[in-house]
Amino acid sequence: MSQLSKLFSRKANGVGPILPFIVILLVATTASILGNLLFDPSSIFHVSTYTITLLGKYLCYAMLALAVDIVWGYCGILSLGHGAFFALGGYAMGMYLMRQIGDRGVYGNPELPDFMVFLDWQSLPWYWQGMDNFGVAMLIVALVPGTLAYIFGSLAFRSRVTGVYLSIMTQALTYALLLAFFRNEMGFGGNNGLTDFKEILGFRLQADSTRIALLAVTSIALAIALIVSHLVLKSRLGKVVIAIRDTEARARFLGYRTDKFKVWLFVFSAVIAAIAGALYVPQVGIINPGEFSPLNSIEIVVWVAIGGRGTLVGAIIGALIVNYAKTKFTILLPEVWLFALGGMFVLVTLFLPKGLTGLMSQLHQKYLKKTVTETDEKTVGSRV
Amino acid sequence: MENLNFRERVWSFMPIEEEIDVSHQVILYIEGLNLSFDGFKALNDLNLYVNDGELRCLIGANGAGKTTLMDVITGKTQCDSGSVYFGQTHNLLTKDEAEIAQLGIGRKFQKPTVFEALSVFDNLELSLKANKSVLSTLFAKLTPTQTERIYQVLTTIGLKNDCFMLAGALSHGQKQWLEIGMLLVSDPRLLLIDEPVAGMTAEETERTAELLTSLAGERTVIVVEHDMEFVRSIARTVTVLHQGSVLAEGTIDEIQNNQDVIDVYLGEGE
Repeated sequence: MSQLSKLFSRKANGVGPILPFIVILLVATTASILGNLLFDPSSIFHVSTYTITLLGKYLCYAMLALAVDIVWGYCGILSLGHGAFFALGGYAMGMYLMRQIGDRGVYGNPELPDFMVFLDWQSLPWYWQGMDNFGVAMLIVALVPGTLAYIFGSLAFRSRVTGVYLSIMTQALTYALLLAFFRNEMGFGGNNGLTDFKEILGFRLQADSTRIALLAVTSIALAIALIVSHLVLKSRLGKVVIAIRDTEARARFLGYRTDKFKVWLFVFSAVIAAIAGALYVPQVGIINPGEFSPLNSIEIVVWVAIGGRGTLVGAIIGALIVNYAKTKFTILLPEVWLFALGGMFVLVTLFLPKGLTGLMSQLHQKYLKKTVTETDEKTVGSRV
Repeated sequence: MENLNFRERVWSFMPIEEEIDVSHQVILYIEGLNLSFDGFKALNDLNLYVNDGELRCLIGANGAGKTTLMDVITGKTQCDSGSVYFGQTHNLLTKDEAEIAQLGIGRKFQKPTVFEALSVFDNLELSLKANKSVLSTLFAKLTPTQTERIYQVLTTIGLKNDCFMLAGALSHGQKQWLEIGMLLVSDPRLLLIDEPVAGMTAEETERTAELLTSLAGERTVIVVEHDMEFVRSIARTVTVLHQGSVLAEGTIDEIQNNQDVIDVYLGEGE
């Protein structure tokens, strides 16, 4: 505990760069919640519950993008399978929500979810035991994806698999899980997945207040994930991680067990993705094997690239912008969306190698060059 | 009861830091080393002993096995047979790169290899001798002594004014120096330095020679170099490698007058 507080106190000023963003995030969340509660639907300040849920969904995606940026932007591990951890976290939450339905299902079986009754199962499989307890379910949300990431990472990084080969393996991982979860025998609802949820912790999921609370929780979770990631990556461990990205051999010859650093960073990232998945499911009301689709994982990478990798905040902004654009486009011109996404990716890769956040700092440097160098000198002076 | 205090080892899984045993004045024993890549014998029954505190130069034509030898010593490459001991007790062939580095063997690559996205200061911070496990790295904090040490090295390598510059923005020669600095800051017992003066100006070369000479004594330095002028300026003992084994060993004058060496190496250009 004392070490943890030391970490926080030492890096108290280190939160500086992301503080404005966190303030904006929390203020925007509060504003939209107040907009929903205080103004009636005719007012222009009114924020509909639909929008509230949409925002919550975007923030989950933002958290997922953050997770990918941690491994890709900082450690050069291009994971094309992070959707798998997101979906696993989502499934764990889905299992809890399924058990909360109780006897209100179509078949009215108090013990078994509908799809199990339909498959003529007599009792709950062992891995569904205890999932009606919220605490246990939340533990599983972090534990199962974390363990999978640990095993996968240990195998891959210890055998020094890197680059394209690693990306293909992560892609295969999520694809294998996609196929597995499609099977009815797996006991996760097969093709249809888990849906028809009623309540969470005794609160009705359809209720406006629950939706608002979920948005608030998501927003806070994102803020915490961002702060913790920032602190981790600003510590010496973060520097080692960047060192590994740039020249892994050099880091090894300095005495760092680079495979262990990569494994633990991968686990950390997977757990963040899983938490994002767990927050996502109650807001969208369904989780099915489609979430494991390799395409989803590739899309996350596009969000991060557009926002700017290796900046954390950039990944979040990228996820928010692309998903907002996706919502708008798929309503206005659904057939154009994929081209627009592809086009954005190509343009960003060609003209903005550091993404949108990179563009901002480029402009910043261009117009404020003088002030920048002055402050640089100041910081140098103070550190010397 | 008092005996309890004298236990050297409490848990067998916690290795106690063993001193490097150099009671026979030799710090590195390399015996009967063989390594072949697809039938090409990169190392051929190579025997080499390096004394503690020595400054040794390794020379040899391309493909003579100089870099391969360094790879074997630092754990990057597994050899087919032979033995490599650091001091009398540490068998390097059973250890991986990180373990060997933690024993105090530092290596500088042929091509300057620094962490370009980190500042000069951070490069040195990461190279400090410290506990390098994941958890202690997460909570690591610079102590005043360590900061002092980093500034000492920054002065030695002449990068004090550029210490917050990104390493990627340094010139080629400065990168070479930074990499040497990264070795120094970790307080190694043995430094393996691959072509330190490649791409350096005459003045930089001279300073490098001075630095390496000043290191010897306290530390053991093995330098691989092509530049004979440079070798002449630093080396006391020179070892010539040829086709994976030692061809000759002696002072630079002895080497330059050795008929075998003239035939296979120095004579090559004629």
